[in-house]
Amino acid sequence: MSRLRHADVEVGTKLPERTFPVRRLDLVRYAGASGDFNPIHWNERFAKSVGLPDVIAHGMFTMAEAARVLTDWTGDPGCVVDYSVRFSAPVVVPDDDEGAEVTVGGKVRAKNGDGTVDVLLTARSGGAKVLAQSKATVRLAR
Amino acid sequence: MAINPDYLGREYPAPEAYEVTRGKIREFAEAVNDPHPFYVDPAAARDAGYPDVIAPPTFPVILGMAGSAQAIADPGLGVDFSRVVHGDQGFHYSRPLHAGDLLSSVTRITGIKALGGNELLTLETVADDADGEHVVTATMMLVVRGGEE
Repeated sequence: MSRLRHADVEVGTKLPERTFPVRRLDLVRYAGASGDFNPIHWNERFAKSVGLPDVIAHGMFTMAEAARVLTDWTGDPGCVVDYSVRFSAPVVVPDDDEGAEVTVGGKVRAKNGDGTVDVLLTARSGGAKVLAQSKATVRLAR
Repeated sequence: MAINPDYLGREYPAPEAYEVTRGKIREFAEAVNDPHPFYVDPAAARDAGYPDVIAPPTFPVILGMAGSAQAIADPGLGVDFSRVVHGDQGFHYSRPLHAGDLLSSVTRITGIKALGGNELLTLETVADDADGEHVVTATMMLVVRGGEE
């Protein structure tokens, strides 16, 4: 697997945009793997009782999908130095086979002297911005 | 009900060290639909200079969630879990986690504040390896939604 080099990147370089499916099955599997069994992520009756439109995705599932745009771009998932997001809107996941979609993009906003770059990520689902202030610092190959 | 401000700075050490295993990394990578070879193929990870398979960037949320669960279970803190929503999340890495790591972690309450009828609780989980070297700090902000009462 080839690794992105620091010299290959400029401020403004765009990361390839990707769209990820989010289905009920994904949320069940993520609940098991992460240990987050909050019923708003799998129980429609409970989700509606607390005022949500339907079951919503784990914010951390969306954060993990957004990370793939970053780590597939660099080629090395061990490159991440800092990664932070704000969950600005829920990803609502209907009970059908298609589920929801999250579209993630990003661009380089700074090139640092220590071999790292700062990246801004965006994530949208159903017309809503689901991640805000989503940023990462990654170390690239020399 | 309100969060007790006296709990700012309180620490919750994990009761035991967390062992990072190949099986758990594979399970987590599959759950986020990420087939990167460094997560599942020890030879590929070693070729890249890692001691064993590495964990996806958001994997340490497992440690952060365990630490926040300890804090929320503390009756003196005064958090109603049914009103908790994840507000934001960050990770700062000294290095990626890899299979074989034995991580000791401490979760600290670093922020308690009110905002527009809600309360914001910030928890910081610091994980060190068996040599006492820092591996990752996970920062989690939880929004405790205000009640209608």
